[in-house]
Amino acid sequence: MPQKPKSNLQDSSTQPNRSSLRPSVFWQLAEDIPPRLNWVLSGISLGLPLILWWGITTFGSIDPKFLPSPSAVIIAAQRLWGAGELQQDTIASLWRVGVSFLLSAALAIPVGILMGSFASIRALLEPLFGLMRYMPAPAFIPLLILYQGIDEAPKLSLIFIGTFFFNALMVMDTVKFVSKDLIEATYILGGNRLQTLAMVIFPHVIPGILDTCRINLASAWQLVIVAELIAATEGLGRRISVAGRFLRTDEIFVGLIVIGAIGLILDLLFQYVIRVCFKWSNNN
Amino acid sequence: MFVQIDNLSKQFDTQNGNITVLKNININIAEGEFVCVVGASGSGKSTLLRQIAGLDTPSSGEIRIGGVPVKGPSPDRGMVFQNYTLYPWMNVQENTEFGLKLQGVAKRERRERASYYLDVVGLSDFARSLPNQLSGGMKQRVAIARALVCEPKILLMDEPFGALDIHTKESMHEFIIDLWQRTKITILSITHDVEEAVFLSNRIFVLSSRPGTVKKELTINLAERGADAKRHAIFQDYRDELMGLLRQYGAEGLVAAKI
Ligand SMILES: Nc1ncnc2c1ncn2[C@@H]1O[C@H](COP(=O)(O)OP(=O)(O)O)[C@@H](O)[C@H]1O
Ligand SMILES: [Mg+2]
Repeated sequence: MPQKPKSNLQDSSTQPNRSSLRPSVFWQLAEDIPPRLNWVLSGISLGLPLILWWGITTFGSIDPKFLPSPSAVIIAAQRLWGAGELQQDTIASLWRVGVSFLLSAALAIPVGILMGSFASIRALLEPLFGLMRYMPAPAFIPLLILYQGIDEAPKLSLIFIGTFFFNALMVMDTVKFVSKDLIEATYILGGNRLQTLAMVIFPHVIPGILDTCRINLASAWQLVIVAELIAATEGLGRRISVAGRFLRTDEIFVGLIVIGAIGLILDLLFQYVIRVCFKWSNNN
Repeated sequence: MFVQIDNLSKQFDTQNGNITVLKNININIAEGEFVCVVGASGSGKSTLLRQIAGLDTPSSGEIRIGGVPVKGPSPDRGMVFQNYTLYPWMNVQENTEFGLKLQGVAKRERRERASYYLDVVGLSDFARSLPNQLSGGMKQRVAIARALVCEPKILLMDEPFGALDIHTKESMHEFIIDLWQRTKITILSITHDVEEAVFLSNRIFVLSSRPGTVKKELTINLAERGADAKRHAIFQDYRDELMGLLRQYGAEGLVAAKI
């Protein structure tokens, strides 16, 4: 009779349980953590850097020209707010992002849906869009200034160029999640192609489109700052660049924090809308 | 005959060359009949159903329903897919109405006809639920109601109960038999479940694999199709016969696959 191969796992007296998975709350793969732990960890995520910042500026001897203290930044924010400059800058930047991103999305969404739905349109546009996507939008600045001067137009164009191709290609990808069976079921129920596009594919991809917008809004927000660093009379990017020139580090911090906060709020707003309005797309 | 499938063959061009999935299929179905096609997985059952539904065109041969050749999909041939193809953002009522909406039926009539069929499948209480709030069996009943609302000449089902657990499956068997007896609709269902085929069918077509051809036609005469039918000797004889046939032709397919 052949001998069973020896194994050092065999001895059941010393190893009553061969499971190598120990229970854990923190290290669970693909599982939620308890809501309280979630809040605590999220609090640490924002609170710890703030405490470190405060500690370093209070107990370390660092030149406030390099790193102003949190309280100095708050005072600077109050000063800018009182003069009305902070509001003016924020509105200017928001307006640029709003107008330009709306235009970009309004055009990219139908184009992206068509690309996702028709292999022909995809073959026609995907090579060009794929190429354009890899050209960094700021590299277009000299051209834009040449064509459009230094007014609002080149700033809006910059955001448009920087988001349109990503929007279109990502919307195209969301169409792939519409199952072929669902499209064929629609044909069998008597739907034509236009109806299938408008009444099945489009509603199916709306949550995906909103998520695409949420992600690309972040790039729009970056690009508006880049645009304003170059030439602008107002805007948060302009504020930072002017503050840098006059070594007003506290104002740089105000600018950075406001930019970050607005971005985060927009992101959370999108997430909230998707979660509340599209319950059907959550778990299926 | 109501459904006539004459010498149907289907080939696909693939990277491994041209493969013949269906070869010389001849199937006739009378109006009001319940027919099952059984075969091993990969024998071309879904491909056959897609040709009948008009979602794909045969390489040769012809399909006529009520004397009219099949050209493209139509609400005259309702279809139920295996993996619950409901519109996830529409509630049960809206899903059921959707075919009528696509066909331009007025809202009022839509509502009434859909409600009638929701009642037929016993889901009136769930009219406002979303598909992801329903169990698998309920989803398939919605899919059946959605097909029936269009008043098709034939109901095509591709392994409709394949993803259900055994208890749900059995209650769906009784449900579909009851529905068939009440509506008198012609049904062509596909399955690889032998008991399901015997329990539901008037006739069964056994498909071989690679290429799929009709190897055998069985006529089933069950005195009754109640919940107890599966325990009767005659049921078990049919089952064993079908099982033997599938083993024979399924194995043939496996041998062919190795060559
Ligand atoms: N569009 C297609 N292109 C190429 N091969 C296909 C296509 N559709 C089906 N087949 C092949 O035909 C065979 C039968 O498939 P299918 O009809 O889905 O079988 P079943 O439903 O009986 O499991 C499979 O081998 C499959 O790979
Ligand atoms: Mg199949």
